[in-house]
Amino acid sequence: MNLWWIFVASGLLTFAIRLSFIALSGRYRPPSWFVVMLPFVPITALTALIVPELLLVAGQISIGFDNPRFWAGLVAIGVAAWKRNVLLTIGCGFAALWVMQVLR
Amino acid sequence: MNDHTGERRAAFWLGVRALLPMHLGVVPFGVIYGVVALQSGIPPLAAILMSSIVFAGSAQFLIAQLVGVGAPALLMVGAAGLVNLRHALYSASVAPVLEHLPMRWKLVLSYFLTDEAYAAAIPHLLAEPRSPFAHWILLGAGFALWAGWQIATIVGVVLGAELPTDWSLDFALPLTFIAIVVPLLTDRRRIAVALAAGALAVLLAGLPYKLGLFFAAIGALALAAILPKGKAQ
Repeated sequence: MNLWWIFVASGLLTFAIRLSFIALSGRYRPPSWFVVMLPFVPITALTALIVPELLLVAGQISIGFDNPRFWAGLVAIGVAAWKRNVLLTIGCGFAALWVMQVLR
Repeated sequence: MNDHTGERRAAFWLGVRALLPMHLGVVPFGVIYGVVALQSGIPPLAAILMSSIVFAGSAQFLIAQLVGVGAPALLMVGAAGLVNLRHALYSASVAPVLEHLPMRWKLVLSYFLTDEAYAAAIPHLLAEPRSPFAHWILLGAGFALWAGWQIATIVGVVLGAELPTDWSLDFALPLTFIAIVVPLLTDRRRIAVALAAGALAVLLAGLPYKLGLFFAAIGALALAAILPKGKAQ
């Protein structure tokens, strides 16, 4: 088994996935239903990354006080909606998480 | 004639600054990757260079684990591709903004198109898709993540030290994504689509190779396509 070939093949495949639509842009016109969905990509892809981090503990949904990440996430969502400030959102989220971890 | 160096530099640093908070979560992750890679029997130089050759955190962890258990080479490459499948969505999302660029720019920015760089740059790209300097924002975010990831990997491989885990620094990533997504939820349709993506991601979290993330996003995008645009919705 040659590690280097595995790395190069994995790297090329990853690169090809990231390049896919970027390389096609300007060469063909995507269908309108596709274009309509594009503005929703950041909302869907990033929310799909966020929510399991907040709700799942060892694969199980947990919204009790034994899951500080859920409550700290709610605080961060509130602050983000209210102030629209990235650093303030992160700061308040961490503050809430650490306070709950200490109190627990 | 102004050569726009100032605007380019400003856009590049805007991308760097948007990405910097994510280093709180990314750097410990990179250090742990370095430690795990060595434990799996990957030589130090190979472990460090994998961070440049593959440059995808989750896929690198998976490859390290699979090397450790002696999995077949083809399985490792296939697994890396599946884990990174969601990056095709980012590619589709930024493609219209990069359409006018020469191919060398498209190649470089594709290499840098990670979860973090995409998240850091996309609010600015959505706000000013016609800006002639938009691609410099993505370059700044991508390069900042790349540099942090390389340094973290080297620290993990060379020092083998693990950062304290009781501070939960990995939580910086979901928190930064929250700070990016919430201001984008400007109407009920967007909120409904986001809630669907979150619910699907939880339901599908058991799928291997992070495929739950990909299918949750696809499912929610389908909902976005069929939901009526009316203000009442």
